[in-house]
Amino acid sequence: MTVKEKNTPQAGSIFQPTIGKIVAAKMLTAKEKYFRVVLEGGKPLGQKPGQFVEISVFGAGEAPISICSSPTQEDSFEMCVRNVGSVTNLMHQMEAGATLGMRGPYGNGFDMEAMKGHDVLFVAGGLGLAPARGVIKYVLDKRRDYGDVTILYGARNPSELLFKEDLSEWEARPDCAFHITVDRPDDAWKGNKGVITTLFRHVKVDPSKTYAVIIGPPVMYKYAILEALSMGIPESRILCSLERRMKCGVGKCGHCQIGNVYVCKEGPVFSYAQIKRLREGI
Amino acid sequence: MLPKIIKKDDLRAFVEALLAENVVVAPTKKGIKYAFAEVDSFDEVALDYNITMLSPRKYFYPQNETVLKFKLGEKPSAEAVVESAPKIIFGMHPCDVAATWLLDVVFAEDPADPNYLSKRKKAVIIGMNCAKPCDEFSFCKDMKSYNATAGFDLMLTDLGDKYFVEVGTEAGEALLVAGAQASEASADDLKALQEWQNGKEKSFVNRIPYDTKFLPEILGASDDSLVWEAIARKCLSCGSCNTTCPTCYCFTVRDEVASNLVDGERKRIWDSCQLDEFAEVAGGENFRKARSARLRHRFNRKGKWLLERYGKSGCVGCGRCDRNCLVKISSVEVYTQLAGERAK
Repeated sequence: MTVKEKNTPQAGSIFQPTIGKIVAAKMLTAKEKYFRVVLEGGKPLGQKPGQFVEISVFGAGEAPISICSSPTQEDSFEMCVRNVGSVTNLMHQMEAGATLGMRGPYGNGFDMEAMKGHDVLFVAGGLGLAPARGVIKYVLDKRRDYGDVTILYGARNPSELLFKEDLSEWEARPDCAFHITVDRPDDAWKGNKGVITTLFRHVKVDPSKTYAVIIGPPVMYKYAILEALSMGIPESRILCSLERRMKCGVGKCGHCQIGNVYVCKEGPVFSYAQIKRLREGI
Repeated sequence: MLPKIIKKDDLRAFVEALLAENVVVAPTKKGIKYAFAEVDSFDEVALDYNITMLSPRKYFYPQNETVLKFKLGEKPSAEAVVESAPKIIFGMHPCDVAATWLLDVVFAEDPADPNYLSKRKKAVIIGMNCAKPCDEFSFCKDMKSYNATAGFDLMLTDLGDKYFVEVGTEAGEALLVAGAQASEASADDLKALQEWQNGKEKSFVNRIPYDTKFLPEILGASDDSLVWEAIARKCLSCGSCNTTCPTCYCFTVRDEVASNLVDGERKRIWDSCQLDEFAEVAGGENFRKARSARLRHRFNRKGKWLLERYGKSGCVGCGRCDRNCLVKISSVEVYTQLAGERAK
């Protein structure tokens, strides 16, 4: 007798992308480009702040990209993409009107409910501002749900500063404190000079009701976490978003595995209480 | 379901009945080794094989699988590809049955992966019990996978003049009813199986000098062991261990465009955590740059992490990694060295 065909899984392929259209694109720096994307049918991405998407440039492949807009902006989502590989290189050649593929959103994102009623200290270094921006914008859009908001941002030099319009807005807003620094200032730079940890001396927090949101390059984590800990913020309220090169985004391909967790599923947002048990985490 | 008996002489007729209406995959002789391959006749089946180069995972999770077809142009489009066809996998040993079970759990975890599951669900596994270890590399007794308790549709044990057939599923039973001259197993048959099992217990020896239930704990305490650096001195990072492992499932994803520059396919391709760039990220940072860190990653995955995550061991002790290692790194030796006092 022939093997009877058993039920096949009803769920769709994990590899099926949705088509999206770039409606705005512009260079933010020499290496980073900004994109605003509307999905087919205009449906909202429905992401949580801190989640990421797998972007397809057909013919080149996929790359995990963090979402830099807030879900409070429903008609489109935004990304800030550094030109570092074949997919991102082709993305940099795309302008408004071009289409690309998208899977996601993936990852746990930040638990914005748990953070409600707390003060939030944002610490963003370099390209880490991209994922942080989505969270910052969410908090500022729901300003009354959160306590004091402080934003620290550091870049290598003034020419690498991202989202300058947002930076000016945050600087001007009376309901949030904003501090900025560059490692290597140019002649025109009048602000703080030095790595991001030098900004902590401008900041006073109440550790009993503060969440620290720290996103930056791997080298930054250790020092920024140390500052947050020395302010007295508990490990479980120091939140970091880890970067890995997820090939699938759904806990199969193994590339983002640290110990028994997959960064794409259990992360990318982890508290320091979790990270300290993950060898090779940061 | 009640066990059955197939007379030795009737096995050929059973396999031929399967072949008449199904694609049958079985161990076959390939040079001086064995490989699972589609067979057209019973004579191609190497019933007495020791171990195949690759496990049958290649039928559920191909080395190179198209998962998406796309069209380039002004308005690019893409359609996921999920392909599967019914198959009977005949002659799978208990270690590979155990490995397949782990993969079933991995790919079924939310979100489920239909590329794997649709192939797996259309496959019938007819296992063949082993009376003795494959060779000096086997450590399946240590990893407790030398007896299959589940994960098969049928499991055959060679009792000399007959096969004792354990029936795991209704699909297995249906094949048996339709294609085999099978009879109910008697009390004497059960007794014969028990004696056979007693003999099996003696012929399989433990090679790791402690109960591997302690392996996760031992690995957990060994992050800073110099053993990783010691084996890294030999390791070539070739990835043979990953390629031949029946439980490895890591992959990379790659696009290929046809020469008309319009049609293209996205492939999922087996990857190896032993390759230098496996844990590299966009900024150039590599979280496991050191070869020792990559080896530690692999051994922890096999002996600790997958067990913690999925409740099933990532190592079944088939020994393929050690058998195929170009520089003779031995998992048994590593597990023994790491154990310290426990290994006495």
